[in-house]
Amino acid sequence: MLEGILLGLQTAFSVQMLLMVIAGCLIGTFIGMLPGLGPMSIIAIMIPVAISMGDPAAAMILLAGVYYGAIFGGSTSSILLNAPGVAGTVASSFDGFPMAKQGKAGKALTIAAIASFCGGTIGAILLMIFAPALSSVALLFHSAEYFALMVVGLSAIAAFAGTGKVTKAMMMTVLGLILATVGEGALFNMPRFTMGLMDLQSGLGFVTLAMAMFALPEALFLVLNPPTGNSTANQEIKDMRITRAEAKAITPVIARQSVQGFFIGVLPGAGATIASFLGYAVERNIATKEEQDLFGKGSIKGLAAPETANNAACTGSFVPLLTLGIPGSGTTAILLGALIALNVTPGPRLMIDEPQIFWSVIISMYIGNFVLLLLNLPLIPYIAKVLAIPRNYLIPFILFFTLMGAYIGQNNATELLLLVAFGVCATALRFADYPLAPLLIGFILGGMMEDNFSRSMQLYDGVSFIWERPMTLGLLVIALVLIVLPSFRARRARIRAAGIADGD
Amino acid sequence: MALDRWIALILLGFSLTYGYTAWFTMDADLAPFMQRNPIWPSTFPKVLSILGILASTIILLGLEKGEPSELDIDYRRLHEYKLGQAVLLLALMVTYALVLRPLGFLISTFSFLVLGSAFLGERKWFVMVLVGAIATLVVWYLVQVVLGIYLRPLPGFLGG
Repeated sequence: MLEGILLGLQTAFSVQMLLMVIAGCLIGTFIGMLPGLGPMSIIAIMIPVAISMGDPAAAMILLAGVYYGAIFGGSTSSILLNAPGVAGTVASSFDGFPMAKQGKAGKALTIAAIASFCGGTIGAILLMIFAPALSSVALLFHSAEYFALMVVGLSAIAAFAGTGKVTKAMMMTVLGLILATVGEGALFNMPRFTMGLMDLQSGLGFVTLAMAMFALPEALFLVLNPPTGNSTANQEIKDMRITRAEAKAITPVIARQSVQGFFIGVLPGAGATIASFLGYAVERNIATKEEQDLFGKGSIKGLAAPETANNAACTGSFVPLLTLGIPGSGTTAILLGALIALNVTPGPRLMIDEPQIFWSVIISMYIGNFVLLLLNLPLIPYIAKVLAIPRNYLIPFILFFTLMGAYIGQNNATELLLLVAFGVCATALRFADYPLAPLLIGFILGGMMEDNFSRSMQLYDGVSFIWERPMTLGLLVIALVLIVLPSFRARRARIRAAGIADGD
Repeated sequence: MALDRWIALILLGFSLTYGYTAWFTMDADLAPFMQRNPIWPSTFPKVLSILGILASTIILLGLEKGEPSELDIDYRRLHEYKLGQAVLLLALMVTYALVLRPLGFLISTFSFLVLGSAFLGERKWFVMVLVGAIATLVVWYLVQVVLGIYLRPLPGFLGG
């Protein structure tokens, strides 16, 4: 492990990589601040840039930086505008916005930044401990277990989707898997479901689909329903310092929520949103009576809890991605797609085959957190000016970047038409309250899932691998229980966000 | 019937078509040696089609009860929204896709950005033209020179 860390330090501390982290964090903060644009859209827009760099380590570092930056930027807009850009930062607005209204915006931003920093850093330490352990277990897995593991991941995503939405999430997952079967599979050398169109021969572009599912509907929603609301954006941000007593008050909160948030983030389908709501609820329940009354009216504990938890959960969601190659959230699914496009297969072999990618990503998480704390905190009063960009200029640019992203990836104008068509469908699905992240996760996992399924079918000459391998059977039973067990729904219903940018 | 169930109906139709292809038409041109394989190209799609039909039927029949979620945007109020602008922008995107090759990147992107803000009700023409021109040139420079991806800058008759 030590030599891995050294290798990561060596890779991550080159000038190019440091620039990548800084650029990623800044871009992420800028765009994440815009209400309605979640980290998934931002990462989707950044993917063509990352892919054309050609270096997987640099691409991952850039995208991971964008991810943290977006979460940080999202909390800024929920504190200043009460308009969270990301579902994961909704809970931050409960206490952050009241603080800003009391004229304590600077203090709120400082607490948010410190809490995010600690959550992210402690999460990265936990990741460093757990990822190698998990990946050595994962090396024992055969294709049958991989297939079963993906089934578990996908069912967990459906199961965590919320009351009345489990079937919808399942439908979207299946739809994603169906879309993944379009084109020519590696295993069969035979075009499937292309309807005779040459443009579909190589399958649907993943960047196109990611843009169509997230960036385009969010931009269209901004057009349809311009956000209005009382904002404190014009208020001058000053007095960013926190007192010693306040620091002492939030320390235990941060310590608890880093660990709790991290483990929630590891679960597939849970992610930053659940972590932040759960963190807020837990801290309110264990606070003293007089502190409890402050929650919702500008409590610093109520702000520190979700901020810590969502950043720790973001880091936690990298565990299944880096060790198993199975993304648990929409964002990590997009990162997985980017890695595959760069010819890297995340999974237990990643640590052995390409240790420099694995470790430099982890090291860059520390650097990213430092950059956010040291660079963004002093700059935040200026960066917040981005909130004043008129939407008449903003929206054409967002649309243009989605188009560019799809075009650069494939160099094909048909892709743009597909993008618009899928984007309209995705908007209709959003209107009808269908979750879109499962579709993309299904689409990205679809190819791998079918490959593993086919391999086990061939090895066992039929479906007998399901009952001949106890671990496979066990995992599949877990998947079934996840779908059927309704108690999850009731629990999730309480902590569900009212529809903001669908992502964590 | 609520919108989500109409969509479930469409998805059911989609799953049925997909299933029909997988179960009945796909295996026709399968090479004989591949038929001895335990797994066919159609095996996985067959499973998926069943799952899709099941899930869409459950949604269609409303078997899973859930409270209506509070969305910040509601299709029942669609007529109150700026639907015209959204449709215009979508049409603009389609047009952009169609003219990108023939007109070249510079002209089509510049027009896209200016027209886009114009459709949204912006009337400061000078600022729009300036922003559009700068952005077009910067993006073209980044993509062409920094990322090294070829974008035809000008229409064919101008030698682009």
